[in-house]
Amino acid sequence: MSAPARPESLALLDKFVAALATRGLVTEQEIADRQASTDRASPEIGARMVARAWLDEGYRRLLLANGAAAAEQMGVSMAGAPPLGVLEDRPGLHHLVVCTLCSCYPRAVLGYPPHWYKSFEYRARAVREPRAVLAEWGTTLPPATQIRVVDSTADYRWMVLPMRPPGTEGWSEDQLTAIVTRDALVGVALPRLPVAAAAE
Amino acid sequence: MTATFAPGARIRIRDDWPERRGPCHIRTPHYLRGREGTIQAVLGEFPNPEDLAFARPAPRRTLYHVLFEQPPIWAEGEAGDSLLVEIFEHWLEPATPAQEAA
Repeated sequence: MSAPARPESLALLDKFVAALATRGLVTEQEIADRQASTDRASPEIGARMVARAWLDEGYRRLLLANGAAAAEQMGVSMAGAPPLGVLEDRPGLHHLVVCTLCSCYPRAVLGYPPHWYKSFEYRARAVREPRAVLAEWGTTLPPATQIRVVDSTADYRWMVLPMRPPGTEGWSEDQLTAIVTRDALVGVALPRLPVAAAAE
Repeated sequence: MTATFAPGARIRIRDDWPERRGPCHIRTPHYLRGREGTIQAVLGEFPNPEDLAFARPAPRRTLYHVLFEQPPIWAEGEAGDSLLVEIFEHWLEPATPAQEAA
């Protein structure tokens, strides 16, 4: 992901894992399993959850009431993961997620956080001048939309359920999934129709 | 354990700065200390991170989702914009009626 690990760091990690194993706190297998599930996670999971919620009212209600249960229905193992909260945009209200204290992110359903999400600039500015941040993203909200910045400070992880854009009537779950980007799930962007579809 | 505050209750975040007293790990952002907000939801009970971080026994504490108006916090911004933040119960105190009116 970033710079290669230094040999002394790897040696330290080996000793740390061995110490945890000796105390019966974690096994090598558990670490490997967690690493594999984190590597498998990608924003497409979150996007599919959103698409299904747009198509299936029962799933939408489950998603809002218990994000982890909704993720499990998608085949994601949420065992040991923090609870997942889902923030529903509606006409007049747009959500934007940030973690000002560190970089809490719903990894189970969005994968690894992008670098900008962890930057001091995003963390400081999203909570103070969200409109300027969205403008730099090129994101234009409908007039008279209030912004609700969700600072992910504690035990939950948060994902946005954006509004389904007009022009997607009759679309399949796959088609809808394809227009929900990672950025839309954090709230810095909105789902957008491909130029070709929008022109039809 | 039951939640002391119900959704809709007006609260104030304690104007406390433990980081000035020594090493600590707190999940209450500085920009909310002393600020008033409204309980939006009770999120559940979680081990107190302030103890977990130091490997101390961590009693479970009620965690709330608290809604704040955004412009008063920064003295800038757009009316109607808001902040929604997870705050543990031991950081909350009731907002006094006088301060609510202010």
